[in-house]
Amino acid sequence: MQISMTVNGNEVTSEIEPRVLLVHYIREVLGLTGTHWGCDTSNCGTCVVLMDGQPVKSCTVLAAMAAGHDIRTVEGLAAGTTLDPVQQGFMEEHGLQCGFCTPGMMLTARALLDKNPHPDDGEIRQAISGQICRCTGYATIVRSVQWAAAHPAAAGGGEGADEVLDGTDTVVADVATETEDSEVKA
Amino acid sequence: MQIPAPFDYVRATTVENALELLARHGPESRVIAGGHSLIPMMKLRLSRPEWLIDINDLFELDFILRDGGELRIGALTRHSTLLESDEIARLFPIVRDAELVIADPVVRNRGTIGGSLCQADPAEDLSTVCDVLGAVAVVRGPGGERSLAMQDFHRGPYQTAVGQDELLCEVRIPIKARSGSAYEKVERRVGDWAVGAAGASVTLAEDGSIADAAVGLTALGLEHTITEAAGLLRGKRPAEELFADAGRLAAEACDPVADQRGPVDYKRHLADELTRRVLRQACARAAQPAAQTQEG
Amino acid sequence: MTVIHERESNPAAGDADRPIGYGRIQRKEDPRFVRGKGHYIDDLVLPGMLHGAILRAPVAHARLVSIDTTNALAHPKVLAVITGKDLEGLKLAWAPTLSADVQAVLVTDKVRFQGQEVAFVVAEDRYAARDALELIDVEYDVLPPLVDARKALDADAPLIRDEIEGRTDNKIFDWEMGDAAETDAVFASADVVVSQEMVYPRVHPAPMETCGAVADFDAVNGKLTLYETTQAPHAHRTLFAIVAGIPEHKIRIVSPDIGGGFGNKVGIYPGYILAVVGSIVTGRPVKWVEDRSENLMSTSFARDYIMQGEIAATKDGKILALRTNVLADHGAFNATAQPTKNPAGFFSIFTGSYDLQAAHCKVTGVYTNKAPGGVAYACSFRVTEAVYLVERMVDILARKLEMDPAELRLKNFIKPEQFPYANKTGWVYDSGNYEAAMRLSMQLAGYEDLRREQLQKRAKGELMGIGISFFTEVVGAGPRKHFDIVGLGMADGAELRVHPTGKAVVRLSVQSQGQGHETTFAQIVAEELGIPPENIDVVHGDTDQTPFGLGTYGSRSTPVSGGAVALVARKVREKAKLIAAAMLETRPEDLEWEKGRWFVKGDPTAGKTIEDIAMAAHGTMTLPEGVDGNLDAEVTYDPPNLTFPFGAYICVVDVDPGTGHVKVRRFIAVDDCGTRINPMIIEGQVHGGLTDGVGMALMEIIEFDADGNNLGGSFMDYLIPTAMEVPDWETGFTVTPSPHHPIGAKGIGESATVGSPPAIVNAVVDALAPFGVVHMDMPCTPARVWAAMQGRATPPI
Repeated sequence: MQISMTVNGNEVTSEIEPRVLLVHYIREVLGLTGTHWGCDTSNCGTCVVLMDGQPVKSCTVLAAMAAGHDIRTVEGLAAGTTLDPVQQGFMEEHGLQCGFCTPGMMLTARALLDKNPHPDDGEIRQAISGQICRCTGYATIVRSVQWAAAHPAAAGGGEGADEVLDGTDTVVADVATETEDSEVKA
Repeated sequence: MQIPAPFDYVRATTVENALELLARHGPESRVIAGGHSLIPMMKLRLSRPEWLIDINDLFELDFILRDGGELRIGALTRHSTLLESDEIARLFPIVRDAELVIADPVVRNRGTIGGSLCQADPAEDLSTVCDVLGAVAVVRGPGGERSLAMQDFHRGPYQTAVGQDELLCEVRIPIKARSGSAYEKVERRVGDWAVGAAGASVTLAEDGSIADAAVGLTALGLEHTITEAAGLLRGKRPAEELFADAGRLAAEACDPVADQRGPVDYKRHLADELTRRVLRQACARAAQPAAQTQEG
Repeated sequence: MTVIHERESNPAAGDADRPIGYGRIQRKEDPRFVRGKGHYIDDLVLPGMLHGAILRAPVAHARLVSIDTTNALAHPKVLAVITGKDLEGLKLAWAPTLSADVQAVLVTDKVRFQGQEVAFVVAEDRYAARDALELIDVEYDVLPPLVDARKALDADAPLIRDEIEGRTDNKIFDWEMGDAAETDAVFASADVVVSQEMVYPRVHPAPMETCGAVADFDAVNGKLTLYETTQAPHAHRTLFAIVAGIPEHKIRIVSPDIGGGFGNKVGIYPGYILAVVGSIVTGRPVKWVEDRSENLMSTSFARDYIMQGEIAATKDGKILALRTNVLADHGAFNATAQPTKNPAGFFSIFTGSYDLQAAHCKVTGVYTNKAPGGVAYACSFRVTEAVYLVERMVDILARKLEMDPAELRLKNFIKPEQFPYANKTGWVYDSGNYEAAMRLSMQLAGYEDLRREQLQKRAKGELMGIGISFFTEVVGAGPRKHFDIVGLGMADGAELRVHPTGKAVVRLSVQSQGQGHETTFAQIVAEELGIPPENIDVVHGDTDQTPFGLGTYGSRSTPVSGGAVALVARKVREKAKLIAAAMLETRPEDLEWEKGRWFVKGDPTAGKTIEDIAMAAHGTMTLPEGVDGNLDAEVTYDPPNLTFPFGAYICVVDVDPGTGHVKVRRFIAVDDCGTRINPMIIEGQVHGGLTDGVGMALMEIIEFDADGNNLGGSFMDYLIPTAMEVPDWETGFTVTPSPHHPIGAKGIGESATVGSPPAIVNAVVDALAPFGVVHMDMPCTPARVWAAMQGRATPPI
């Protein structure tokens, strides 16, 4: 069957079997291998992409069902060479280790911040609770999302972005100090 | 990675069209909405439909609507929509209690109330919720529309009264003044199916006594609500001893099976413990001022 | 010496955020990962590549009667179906394991565990390969399975390895360490002896990326390129040469980005071998990637130890001796990845952090009808089981003596002045200051306040528990004379090249699975040579491009390869000194080193930077005699001893008295891994391991039913913690460098996985003390905790 959808802003059209899973369509037909898969039962969330702005598990959506919809993958997070604040946050706060769950985590974080620009830690944990990370222990992912929340235009470039950076640097410094304190209390 | 066996796929454009497609493709066709129960089963090849009829474009089934003394919820309403609806949280807090512990937030973005009810998994939460709220399922088929009380809709594990050529279209929940409801689930981990869960809905009389009550259990081997508990509670004032008696009735009424989530004695204990908790919470909610003003 | 504060980050000239050397810097690998540009095994597509899928046995124990592949071969997209019989012809049906046993690549005679490999389909695409599996007809004659390891040595137990000539039982080995007679004597005269059976259940490392391979055999040149998810590419190359009979110089192993390993990607699995066979048979590249159920059911599990522990002490709390008998379930083949002379890995470190008079352990390994494995999931070669045993036993003793468990530990620690400390089972602990770490952890936790809070809560019927674990790890094997894997000595090579412009490439034998090797090893070179980390490329994971070494597991990358990298950088530095002396027309002994520069003693302005020297080394100047025209070096580092990281963990849990649900409220982890290279990466390693600990303590288990069916074969049943089950980790550290290690580093990759489970279980048992609970086995699921509260705690197996 023929399907068309928008992927990272580009219109794509393909001839596929109806049973092709969205994750396979993205990875193998479109060659966007930043979306990974980790289970067969929609439990791990490694395959999360945004469908019309909402996180979905692309191993449990048929490509045919995504036809006509707007799909965003990790490759569509950055604006050209400018990283999304979430991407920057994951680098700043060590929100990733092996990198396998990272695309899904970042997309969920992006969707969360679009809806709730200043989530508390509990809301972040709740938002990513359908996605498993085997490396980080989640705390640094929470910090990464908080970094992005504190730097909404961090990676946006230009003078305006610099101003925002200046304004929020203090917040980050406070967080860092707290962390340091807890490490050096002796 | 697991992959479904081959099938044909068609997208329904309207409810009428969906019913036509079901009639045309017969018993080997399946309706797919969120797909989060069906697609994993198909990947494991435990389910092998020949036709999938995708109803995700039936926006006419995606609504939450107050209609007189009822709240009408379209079958295609996603779990995330139910969770985020303030009106539902106010009228039926049990729905938000349950939605918070159904699968995970990403799955909730796709899964639908209709899909949950039609899957009728014994560990599925919304069946219990609809049971205790006295919901009515509206089903359409070639012969027109019919309304089914939950005890008629739900026919046992994985079985409902929805015929092969029919479609669950909406759920209607009666709105009652001085009502409260609650749901609590024990799970081994967030996102896991219930070890056991209980739901309760209570309506208080003007004097503060219990005018009507319903208690239901999830994953504990009991279909529908516990009639003995309702009988016990009716006419009495909310009290810990009363909840304890109801808990004992729940433990007697349930019929759990041992599995990796726990042995029978533990599950029976959960029926008791969780029944007390949800009754306590439901009564407290029913007594709140906000609950007084809900129009019946 | 123990230093309880952050190490200076050796900032580069004026730029504190970008240290040249040790300190917190962002990871060099992250820019590709956050853009989705990592390159994992399933991302690899080669021209003409085919896809393989494995048909697996539905039962645990069965005689193979027949396989009919006719219908599968008739599938239009299927190119080959390979069975055990085909492999027998190629002498590939059985492959050597990493533990001197053999394992069936495909079943020839009988099935020995559910999920075992029966046939391999090669098809044009992965959908067709999966479809064709259903077209293979297999007839089995089902045999009674051996599921319960406790019955493995019974006279009437089914014989699993009947294909081995002369084998009459299911015993794999008996192994002892320590002095039994001496230990018995101490026990006989002790005031107090307590004993407890405890089970460390079978769990699975379950990295988010499953195992997989792409085999590309070039028949013209006879060269095999095997891309695979391996933590040990060089060891795999040698083993493939032995297994497949391909000359080793014609084998190239490439390990791409790996989506988590945790030990799961050490072994050589039938799927890898089958991909190679598929490529040889079809003449095209073949990809095989396991699905999640295959991963959980067939590739390396972990643990599965039934341990009978006994501890002896004086009545005032001086611990005298420990002994234990262990029954180890190794599954159907002995395929654990561990040093040859250590069939129970490093379990003999079970004496823990305490100064004992005697200790003895005996481990008996047995076959059962379960998947093979045993050493995986960040266990440091069975240190996980050892630490769990001793830390539970110490808590049980504390209860018996009515002593605070922290006090009991403090009373018995090996003291700083006792290091290097020879324990009673043959280890020589390198360095430690246990009391300092313990006190720091108690201070961070507010231990006294927590105990007060617990008393108040108990009075109200609330169940709060505080659990302590103090662990000593043993990591970083070799020395090569003591430790080898199938005869390959456990030493690591490193090569360093400084290019003419002063940029460098360092080549490693170890392979990262997310630990940040590209950053950490660049920082070690930066620290030694003064070249900024961003100017140092780390090459790993490709046997054609890197020196030989044994790979990443047992927390050995930093202790072994880290030592190699520091030494190779120092070798380059010494060579640079000779060149700098020639450039400055002075004698080498007149030069002094500051980071990045040799200069003349007493005249700091007369110096040459490493960049100047690199250009000169490759330029036209006349080099001193014996100095080659480059700035390169290579070493192989054979560690003189292992390293012994340690830590003090405190866990606070709340248990719902009505449901048995356990909530980990707080977790305080103080770790000492010696010299700290990148504190951010270290913290991340600790966080991840603590989460593993929560998983094992509360939910993870691979269970089997009486028929040998695996009940943990998907992520619906094998539960891994989400962000909701773990607290915001509280970390602290002390620094006690390893005296024998070139940079004093000890390794951190597995400390928290090893150390955290007993802290959590100790906390749960502590919470349940009002019910008289002295011990309960993992996992502490709501149902199992509730049973313990009813006085009916049962082992999970």
